[in-house]
Amino acid sequence: MEAVLALAIGILVASGVWLLLRPRTFQVIIGLALLSYGVNLFIFAMGRPRIGAAPILDKSGLVEPALYADPVPQALVLTAIVIGFATTALFLVVMIASRGFTGTDHVDGTEREP
Amino acid sequence: MTPAPDHIIIAPVLIPLLAGALMLFYEERQRRFIAIVSAVAQLVVAWELIDMGTHTPTTIGLYLLGDWPPPFAIVLVIDRLAALMVMLTALLALPCIVFSTARWDRRGQHFHPLFQFLLMGLNGAFLTGDLFNLFVFFEVLLAASYGLALHGSGSLRVRAGLHYIAINLAASLLFLIGVSLIYGVTGTLNMADLAQRVPLIPPESRPLLAAGAALLGIAFLVKAAMWPLCFWLPITYMAAAPPAAAMFAILSKVGVYVILRVSSLAFGSGATHMAGLGAEVLVAGGLATLVFGTIGVLASQGLGRLAGCAVLVSSGTLLAVVGMASSAGGSAMVAGALFYLVASTLAIAALFLMVELIEREQGALAGILTVTAEAYGLGDDEVFGEDEIRDTTGPGVAGATTVLGLCFLACALLLSGMPPLAGFLGKFAMLSAVLGSVETDGHISDVALAFTGLVILSGLAALIALVREGIRTFWASDEGELPAVPLIELAPVLVLLALTAAMTVKAGPVMRYMEATASMLNHPHVYVEGVLGTEPVPHAPAPPAEGTTP
Repeated sequence: MEAVLALAIGILVASGVWLLLRPRTFQVIIGLALLSYGVNLFIFAMGRPRIGAAPILDKSGLVEPALYADPVPQALVLTAIVIGFATTALFLVVMIASRGFTGTDHVDGTEREP
Repeated sequence: MTPAPDHIIIAPVLIPLLAGALMLFYEERQRRFIAIVSAVAQLVVAWELIDMGTHTPTTIGLYLLGDWPPPFAIVLVIDRLAALMVMLTALLALPCIVFSTARWDRRGQHFHPLFQFLLMGLNGAFLTGDLFNLFVFFEVLLAASYGLALHGSGSLRVRAGLHYIAINLAASLLFLIGVSLIYGVTGTLNMADLAQRVPLIPPESRPLLAAGAALLGIAFLVKAAMWPLCFWLPITYMAAAPPAAAMFAILSKVGVYVILRVSSLAFGSGATHMAGLGAEVLVAGGLATLVFGTIGVLASQGLGRLAGCAVLVSSGTLLAVVGMASSAGGSAMVAGALFYLVASTLAIAALFLMVELIEREQGALAGILTVTAEAYGLGDDEVFGEDEIRDTTGPGVAGATTVLGLCFLACALLLSGMPPLAGFLGKFAMLSAVLGSVETDGHISDVALAFTGLVILSGLAALIALVREGIRTFWASDEGELPAVPLIELAPVLVLLALTAAMTVKAGPVMRYMEATASMLNHPHVYVEGVLGTEPVPHAPAPPAEGTTP
């Protein structure tokens, strides 16, 4: 499981960085989205993912913490997803405005001369 | 502090949140009123917090959200540094809001609510004692700053804003990776708890923690605009609406604040094997930023760009001093740096507000050009379209050019660090502390000498550039009609400059406050014990504790 998770994070982040450095705004936003998926998985992995362990304790009183998954990274991921979603939506609006003002989807607002 | 929770600690976050939300129900005119009331209230609260810190010099104020025992859940911490930054925010906010009511808040939608949310993010970032909560407040202030950077729209703003947002989104992702690495290694996000756990990290985990801290640092250094992460800053600040740009002067200081906070807590002298982590990077980067900013100041064609480069100079100076202080442990350096931080932020904000007033003067000429251009069918509203609305509120001030000229002179003195204003005192305090920290063999280190030389050179460059700009604007300009500068736009500039003058007159008490702040940063156990030693408030019939997911 660790290898698959690490590979997934690596591939997502690598493609995200590559797309982020491309000149088209659409590529940049897809790159940012992929990067944020990679980062979210990374946060999740930092809680040492386990199979078959619940993150919420029973109400019965004393419990053995080793049997449970760490709930904090899961809460962090949720927060990061919400914030990432909102900022990406905002960025999309700015991109559309930029397209309207400059008439091009180049990130600098002008096409580079060939 | 007191057995009852000090609810005033959370007020700097709640006031702008409520004001910003309430405003959405009202028209523009009432929004202004709410904005000013909220800013005044924040000023009063900030004063109260400073007062609290002065009377109890060895303790900190703590607010337990959800009343969980620390280090669980989120805490808000008010110590002298946090109180100082909240105060600076409030002092900047009021003039900027008043300035914007003259005309800028009508240039686009929702200026005042965004401004309030920016204040909320700023205050929250200064108050929080939790790394992930810091991320949340960072995002709040960034989201608001995206809106404010684009306020008024226009091609230049949208293009600059696009780069600004893309860079900050990427930096936020680095922030998340850094935070999660630190959590993975230490198992805590509470800064005080982190300070306790860092010395106990086993050697094999230290590189991972260092990597996490470095990634976190990069996210803040993007915000603080350290070279080579700073190329977005001058153009974004130049393009932003003046009241927003003036408030942005403190945004780069948030990065400096967090670096100061985290490095003093987690990687201070108590951190044995990891003490002074990244100090060399801060010094080298700070000096490089100083060089880059100085060249930028000299090369700037417009006043807006010059002000943007002045932000870089100020950031570079601060980062270099923080780096030197964290390797040498000099609290005198930090005290000087804090004095300089306040003075330079106020001066840069005043300069940003003045840029627009001065360029409006030249805009009179530009207006004539526009008419001519239109007559010849060359109308290009992308160039001149911005300032065609000449709606001024209130009567113009007589002799506005003279007053503006004097303000400009004061700004030049502040930014170049010439006596008698506060810029000189700040730089003097920093340099004397840096030169005073001789090494064991009695020599002054090369870094200290390089820093001194660069700071003096950057002051000279700022003086040359501002004098050149002043001659061009005030002396060599065509004798045309005097621009109508209404009092409501002139007064905020005067207030900001009067504050720096007050800092000069009251330099003794202000400097003593800064010294006490710096020595508190040098002894992080006050903060750590203050946070971890606090018991939650007992409930009469204990109700089920509310969950506080971050």
